[in-house]
Amino acid sequence: MTNPRDLKYTKEHEWARIEGNRVTVGITHYAQEALGDVVFVELPGVGDKIIEGEAFGTVESVKSVSDLYAPVSGEVVEVNDNVLDSPETVNTDPYGAAWMIVVEIADPTEVDKLLSAEQYEEFLAEQD
Amino acid sequence: MTEQQLKRTPLYEAHIAAGAKMIDFGGWEMPVQYKGILEEHRAVRTAAGLFDVSHMGEIEIKGPTALQTVQHLITNDAAKLATGQVIYSPMCYPHGGVVDDLLVYKRAEDHYYIVVNASNTDKDLEWMQENSLLETTVVNQSAATAQLALQGPKALPVLQRLTGVRLELGYYRFTRGKVAGVDCLISRTGYTGEVGFELYCAPELVRRLWDTILAEGHQGEEVMPIGLGARDTLRFEAGMPLYGHELGENINPLEAGLGSFVKPDKDEFIGKSALVLARAMGLKRKLVGIEMVERGIPRGGYVLAMAGKDIGFVTSGTFSPSLGKNLGLGFVPVEMSREGTELQVIIRGKAVKAVVVSTPFYKKDLKGGKSND
Repeated sequence: MTNPRDLKYTKEHEWARIEGNRVTVGITHYAQEALGDVVFVELPGVGDKIIEGEAFGTVESVKSVSDLYAPVSGEVVEVNDNVLDSPETVNTDPYGAAWMIVVEIADPTEVDKLLSAEQYEEFLAEQD
Repeated sequence: MTEQQLKRTPLYEAHIAAGAKMIDFGGWEMPVQYKGILEEHRAVRTAAGLFDVSHMGEIEIKGPTALQTVQHLITNDAAKLATGQVIYSPMCYPHGGVVDDLLVYKRAEDHYYIVVNASNTDKDLEWMQENSLLETTVVNQSAATAQLALQGPKALPVLQRLTGVRLELGYYRFTRGKVAGVDCLISRTGYTGEVGFELYCAPELVRRLWDTILAEGHQGEEVMPIGLGARDTLRFEAGMPLYGHELGENINPLEAGLGSFVKPDKDEFIGKSALVLARAMGLKRKLVGIEMVERGIPRGGYVLAMAGKDIGFVTSGTFSPSLGKNLGLGFVPVEMSREGTELQVIIRGKAVKAVVVSTPFYKKDLKGGKSND
């Protein structure tokens, strides 16, 4: 699976879709594959503030527990309840149905730090 | 530990070829999963799965005093074993803590075969040698032995097509014979809660056995290769302890619910006085099942709490694929161990509601029907 070109990425394997000051966040195909079967997702609530680089939630596979790191800072304005109820969508549709939260960003320049799809793939290639 | 230093089983190449994800498991480079833990788990519950467990340790105890040595080492009673029979037992320290849990195979009056946890093999061997009687020899056969487990409702029909040996053995019975032309010790034992077999053979022949069983499975009954990830969820649901989690140096077998494998009526054994005393004094803590009421997965090491106080800890926990629930095993004070007791699991700093439930979480009759006891 290729990583969508219109998204931005982090080295912690989150993706971000930037639409004005609204940023939708999920985890990448690489992340879901490394995790294996995802069986539990914990996310913040609407109105919570998240801070760039800090943990904002948790994703658990059968064997492992991993933090989700915020790609940007801001206030959570939407939470995907479907992914809480059906965590397996993280494996089946990481860039679609398994979006996790929408954040309203405070500082629009923060997104400049995020990686393009090409940069993220170069980063992945260095890891192997 | 670097990858070069990890030990590999004779099936390493087969695992890589099958697309396994490999991990370091107690110094062994082992497959944690092939297609996915959930799918593999379900395959064992509904059809059959094949496991490479060649990392397990095999130790031979031989000689005229072999039985006395075995009896001295383990808490269960091997005296009543018939040749061809297996028992499960803890092996304890003098203070009652557990050195390891193991299987004892009686192969002849003067010949016992002990199967131990991979990461404990060296420690166990040393312990057995230190504590063996005169005229007993204790020999590590691990390097000369490969082991497969075929488990699940289709295990018997699949394996029967590959051998002339009548496989309708009783639970915890074993025999010898050729499977797919490979000389094996065939044992009706397992670590999944399903009917199944464990096969011991020479390392150089195990690839043939592995490939033949997987191929035989394709004649209508699918046999999937299963990694250690599903092995753990399967044993967990079946309420079988894992050394380092439910058992350890600082846990006695009575607390872990293994009282029926401790036989104080037999002669002296290591740990007897401590265990007899512990039983007489009344246990302080007990291993219980825990089911989450609120959202969360209890994981090994998480604190268990009640009314703001720490009362114990989780030993193992996961999402249970067969039951679709988030479950754990853990130690709590005996007075808080009753089914229905409400407690909390501390998950990332938050107290999350859970309740004590009965174990095993998953139960299938493994003795029924085919027993020839």
